[in-house]
Amino acid sequence: MPDTWMDQLIYMVILILKIVAIVVPLILAVAYYTYFERKVIGYMQIRRGPNRIGPLGLAQPFADVFKLLLKEIVLPENANKFLFLLAPVVTLGPAFAAWAVIPFDDWMVLADINAGLLYLLAMSSLGVYGLIIAGWASNSKYAFLGALRSTAQMVSYEIAMGFALIGVLILAGTLNLREIVLAQQGGVLDWFWLPLLPLFVIFIISGLAETNRAPFDVAEGESEIVAGFHVEYAGSGFAVFFLAEYANMILISALTALMFTGGWLSPFEGIPVIGDTFLGEGSIFWFLSKTVVFMFIFLWVRATFPRYRYDQIMRLGWKVFVPITIFWVMFAAVISVFGLIVRGS
Amino acid sequence: MPIFEIVFYAFSLVMLGAAVMVITVRNPVYAALFLVLTFFSAAAVWMLLEVEFLAIILILVYVGAVMVLFLFVVMMLDINVDPLKEGFVRYLPAGIIVALLMAGELLMVVWSKGRFEAGSYPLPAPNPQGYSNTKEVGEVLFTQYLLPFEVAGVILLVAIIAAVALTLRQRPAVHRQNPSLQVRVRRDERIRLVKMKPDSRQDS
Repeated sequence: MPDTWMDQLIYMVILILKIVAIVVPLILAVAYYTYFERKVIGYMQIRRGPNRIGPLGLAQPFADVFKLLLKEIVLPENANKFLFLLAPVVTLGPAFAAWAVIPFDDWMVLADINAGLLYLLAMSSLGVYGLIIAGWASNSKYAFLGALRSTAQMVSYEIAMGFALIGVLILAGTLNLREIVLAQQGGVLDWFWLPLLPLFVIFIISGLAETNRAPFDVAEGESEIVAGFHVEYAGSGFAVFFLAEYANMILISALTALMFTGGWLSPFEGIPVIGDTFLGEGSIFWFLSKTVVFMFIFLWVRATFPRYRYDQIMRLGWKVFVPITIFWVMFAAVISVFGLIVRGS
Repeated sequence: MPIFEIVFYAFSLVMLGAAVMVITVRNPVYAALFLVLTFFSAAAVWMLLEVEFLAIILILVYVGAVMVLFLFVVMMLDINVDPLKEGFVRYLPAGIIVALLMAGELLMVVWSKGRFEAGSYPLPAPNPQGYSNTKEVGEVLFTQYLLPFEVAGVILLVAIIAAVALTLRQRPAVHRQNPSLQVRVRRDERIRLVKMKPDSRQDS
């Protein structure tokens, strides 16, 4: 820690610049993720998706953003005004704060803390508050029902998700995200997706449920409760919820890439000819491409599966995922103790 | 280090203010949210004092799980605030006596000689680089305090089983769905295709 005022000021400015360097690309990524989503789902449903604004419709996200920002903010008459306006901010905060510990590369990380994994779990558990406050403050039946549904769902799937991550940390022997990635060195077969295959699948499915995405989007359930917790929000309030939801989806994809598929490590590592060229080196390029693959899976699933029934969601979370994850955590502990997995080989 | 102190006192002030609001505010939902703010600021203060593990666990367990369920219940109860205030004057003397007793006990501990004087708690040495809070806590829990830790686990297990047993009762009138049966249904069991001759229209 630097000592003089000037040093501390410079330190703060650099820190803020680093945060901006993460947040601005993230917001752009969210904008183009919505475009990507509409294109992908469009082609899966044999239509073209947005193609009017800009070449190939590439300016569509900005048109949407400006439309939302210029709209009037409607405050429902019986809403609790303060909490109603606070809720979008409370949703967005943790969604962005979680990115602080994500290592994009061996050195490219804002806060390389020892308890990174715990920090991530804590941040993702804070995201619930935005929804529950929004649902209650709107003073609307639909919003409240949506908030209750999504809160119950998130609290339930957080457990399966936490257990899946416990499997990872048993094999890696550390809570530091950078060291978790380094523990997976040695090529595709050394990444944790193989020894933790059930946890890998459960993590992705729980990720879908955590972010309230299809087929677990009963919280929004257009056909039943209009739009769920954000039904009373218009304009920029809605835009902030939207931003948080997509930032969370990208976060879950990035986490899957880090925990189970070796983060920035190259898939060609250890393969004789290609592995010796620049392709064999780990870089941010690999991390981003893995993240994009998982982001695509989010959309693919949405275009493929019909919505789950609510009781089936709860059954899947508590009676199927939790027992499987508990068993596999034991299994991971056994193979770790008997040295069947060599860290960072 | 001025920044450290600014941040520390800011979070402490927020924490104390929020704690006072928890017990003074009328609306129970506001009270619960202020309690969340209190926990959060306490975690931030702990984080500054280099107990990262406990700080994050405080957020994860109390803010992320316990208080969510609290809010759930409080929001669904339709609490009318007026009857709650009715007995205020009647219970005031008893309340004051209890409060004075507790305050007196606290002050006796704080003012007893040599306990909280500046010299009795020397500044702890800063943790070395790469010191892992989580590892230290884990090592102590699984060696020195293994038995209490395991006993706490068993007590929690008993609580889980009790909670499940309380909700698990047979209600004969309720229809239960069996998802595996629902999934196993074949087309032939539900659909019967019937060939019929189209009716000839009478009136034409």
